[in-house]
This record gives sequence, C-alpha cells and structure tokens, in this order.
Amino acid sequence: MTRATPILAVLALILAVWYLAVPMANIQWEVDQAARAGTPTNPAGALGAVLPQTALVLANPDLIPATYAQERPVLPAPHQIVEELWKTTAGTKLSSKKNLVYHGLVTLTSTFWGFVVGSLLGIVMAVMITRSRTVEMGLMPWAIISQTVPVVAIAPMIVVLSNSAGLGEHLGVENRLVSKVIIAAYLSYFPVLVGMIKGLRSPDPMQLDLLKTYSASEGQGFFKLRLPASVPYLFASLKVGIAASLVGTIVGELPTGAVEGLGARMLVGSQFGSPIMVWAALFAAAILGGVLISIVRLAEGLVTRRMGVRA
Amino acid sequence: MSWLIFAVAFWLVTWAINAALASSSAASTRVVKILIPALFGAAILVLWEGVVRGLGVPEVVLPAPSVIGAAIAANLPTLGLDWFQTIIKGGLTGYLIGAFAAVVAAVLVDRVPFLKRGLLPVGNFVAALPIVGIAPIMVMWFGFDWHSKAAVVVVMVFFPVLVNMVAGLEATDRLSRDLIATWGASYWQALFKLRFPAAMPFLFNGLKIGTTLALIGAIVAENFGSPTLGVGFRISTAVGQLALPMVWAEIAVAALSGSVFYGLVAAIEKAVTFWHPSQRR
Repeated sequence: MTRATPILAVLALILAVWYLAVPMANIQWEVDQAARAGTPTNPAGALGAVLPQTALVLANPDLIPATYAQERPVLPAPHQIVEELWKTTAGTKLSSKKNLVYHGLVTLTSTFWGFVVGSLLGIVMAVMITRSRTVEMGLMPWAIISQTVPVVAIAPMIVVLSNSAGLGEHLGVENRLVSKVIIAAYLSYFPVLVGMIKGLRSPDPMQLDLLKTYSASEGQGFFKLRLPASVPYLFASLKVGIAASLVGTIVGELPTGAVEGLGARMLVGSQFGSPIMVWAALFAAAILGGVLISIVRLAEGLVTRRMGVRA
Repeated sequence: MSWLIFAVAFWLVTWAINAALASSSAASTRVVKILIPALFGAAILVLWEGVVRGLGVPEVVLPAPSVIGAAIAANLPTLGLDWFQTIIKGGLTGYLIGAFAAVVAAVLVDRVPFLKRGLLPVGNFVAALPIVGIAPIMVMWFGFDWHSKAAVVVVMVFFPVLVNMVAGLEATDRLSRDLIATWGASYWQALFKLRFPAAMPFLFNGLKIGTTLALIGAIVAENFGSPTLGVGFRISTAVGQLALPMVWAEIAVAALSGSVFYGLVAAIEKAVTFWHPSQRR
C-alpha cells in the first residue's frame, strides 16, 4: 500500500491536468461554432495576449461542458477515450473490422512471432559470439550498427523483398504478417543478444575452474553452468525485447499498407480526422504492451523460483 | 555465374583473414579492431553484388550496391535536403529539447521524494510503451512541417533519459555526500560538483538509447503527413514509384546518420566520463 500511494497520486495528478487541459485545447472550436450560430460569445479580453486559450475559457465558462463532448476534439477527455474503447471492444461483434480486440489480436500475432524469432536469433548469435572470437570481432560492431539504423527506413524494403520472395506463401501465412514479423524481430533481437552475452559470461573464474577440476567438457560447462547462469539476464532482456517487438509491429503496420492491426487503426484514424479513434488505438496498444510485459514478468517469477531463487 | 563464384570466394577469403587476425597476437590493436568488421562488411557488400548480378535479381526487387551508389551520387542535392528536413530539423531539435526537458524534470523529481516514488514506476512503464503511436496526434496538433516530428521525438526521448537521469542522481554514495556536506556545500554546489558528474554515465546511457528513438520518431511521423521532402516521405513515395535505388539511397542516408549520431554521443560520453571504469584502458 505504501508503494502504491505515490503511484496513484501521480496518476491522479496526470488525470487532473488532463481534464484541465481539455477545455483549453477545445474551446476555440466551440467559440467558432457559437459565433457561426449567431450566439454571442465573450472575447478573450486583456489576458488573451498572454494566454489566449485560458482567457477564452475564463471568458466563456458556459461553453466548458461542450468541450468535453466534441466529436473531433483537439484533445479528447479521458472518459471519451474509455467510452470509445468500451464501444469498440465490448460493444461490437468480435469479427467486425471496427472491433479493437480484432485489431489487437492481429498486432499480437506478429508481436508474438517477432518476439520468438528475435529472441531465438539473439540467443543463437550470443552463443556464437561467446564461442568464437572471430564471430565476435566481425559481427558485434555490425549488430550495434544495425540498431543505429532507424528500422522504419527499412520497413518498406522488407515488405517489397518478402512480397517478391513469396516468403509468406512458402510458410502458408500472409505476406503482410511476414514483413511485420521481420521488423519486430529486427528490433527485439538486440536487447536479447546483449543480455545473453552478459549472462553467458557471468560465471566467475572460480566456478569455471571448479567445473574444470570435475573435468567437465565444453558442452557440459555450457549446459550446466553458463546457460543456467544466463537465465536472469535473459529474462531482463526479454522484457525489453517484447516491448521492442510491439513497437516494431506497430511501426511495421504503418508503411506496409496494412488494413488491420492497431498501427493501421492509428493511420486510418489520422487520415479520417478522427482523433478519438487514434487515442483509443494508442491506449489499446499501451494496454497490450503492459499485459505482455507482465506475462514475461510472471514467467520470470515462475522459472527463477523453479531454479531455486528465493524472492 | 562467375560473379556468384567470385563473391563466395571473396567471402571465404575474408573470413579466413578475419579468423587469422582474430587469433593473432595483434588482435587487440586498434587497427585490427576496425579492420575485422570492415572486412566483414565489405564481404557482405561483395556477396550482395555477386548474388544480384549472378542470379540476375531484377532491380525492382533488390538493386545491387553499385546501382545504389550511383543513385546516391546522382541525387545528392535531394538527399541533402531530405536529410536536413528529417534528421536536423525534426530529429536533432526534438532530441535536444527532449533530453534537456528530461534532465530538468529529473532534478525536480529528485527534490521531491514522494514524486520520485510515484513518477518513476509510471515513467518506467511509459518508456516501455509504443510511444511512436502519438505520431498521428502530434501531426494533428502541430501540422505537417517539422514541428510535429520534433514533438514526437521530444516525447520519445524524454522517458528513457528521465528514468536514467533519476537513477544517476542517486548514484552518489553516502561518503561523498557527507564529505561535500562537511565542506559546507549548498544544494546547488553539491548538485553541480558531485551529483551531476556522478550521474553522467547514467545520463549518457539514456542519451544513447535516445539517438535511435529520435530517428525512428522523426521518420515514422512523416508517414502521417509531411511537406514534400524528408527521408520518410521520400521512401514512401519512391516505393510507390518502384524507384528502389532511390529508396536504398535514403536508407543509406538514414543508416549513416544514425550511426554517426550514435558515434557522436558515444564520443562525447568518452570525453565527459573519462574517469569511469568502463572507459579506462
């Protein structure tokens, strides 16, 4: 409880600031509407030169309620977003294109596969790098450079390449999914690689020497010491990796001409000038991200407890 | 076919050279440390060129590196303008504002323990979220020009830097803080002479994460509307025209800027935190 209080206070503060900001952001439109309808409104007055929006709100307090219920607000109120979220999840059929759960599942699918592919790639590369000095010196600088390359720049190319190679047909899935998975894996492999290298190198010389006195082979040393020792590091980077995978999927849904998925929902919402739709998709993505990280955290707890770590 | 054989042979030869270099006694010298990845990269380029020419891959699928090089040389003015619009105006401006705001916020948060206990978990959570999603909202708020791109970058850079800076401000040990207190240092003296320097390794950790995020944010935001220039704009229009060498030229520009940006921040880190164990030789 003592830990939750400050967090709740901060969240309440954010909500309060948000609700205060809504009239300021949306008042201009209401004033314009009223002027067009011939209803008299008050000018901003002397304060308007410094804080035009605030002055307008203070001068027209009777318009404030309307700013919380606009159809296309500059800044929607939190309850409007929650309403939209409710309407597009529980309020529509699951198979409908308007249902956010449907779009969320599309995003979740490629996030999951991108995470699996990326993590496996990261683990394999880490094993190779810790085993061979040549691989380490040749590959590691390029792995770092690969992350300084903004992945969005490559995303359209990945789409073209995987479409023309017909990767999807070979695997029996949609091409669109393949390109999203590649982008997600590209973003999520690196944290796993770095964490795994650190983990595989974490056993100290004393433990390595002990295994040597047991005359353990290289393979035994790897499976009985290095691999178990790397598990805490692995989970720490898996948490970063799954978040990165979600970002990659959403980024991948923007330029790939995707018609489904949370990223596509944001694109459609911005093209149709429907801010509440964009905000709802953004919140859905945030919730999805939070759930995914919690799942990895849960798995971490189970595995480490199984391995004998006391909480 | 001869192209293909040459490329594979080149690959094998460079691999052999690398293996020899890595296990030789000169492996830890500076030249070799740069030479090995350089050879590795050159081998990939030659392999790419060889496969494209040897198998006759059409240009609309994957252009050869030489064709991309020609496209870069032919379109230098356009590439330069796009680079300035996206990387400097959108990316760098947003990065500087975001990083500065995060440092100021971290100092404020650090002064109020209650805020720190509440804001840190929230900040950590937000830092892991797909913040790129705010791009369409920022474009709605700030228009199509670079201001909206900078705004996206500000938010994306803010949270990793904030979280790292708050951790960094806590990095001084009790002994140093007691020492500086016995010298009668004020809060600000202690902040600037002890806690800021101690926080630098953490700060740069966040700043380095921010470099990639800044470029991603600046380019992604261009998908939601941009003036008729910019790296992201050019890539999406060139893909539509199947002008693939131009797309790859822009990718090269973005990749190079990203690497240089990261390298610059890393170089500044090296100069600022020369005393840290990770920088010692």
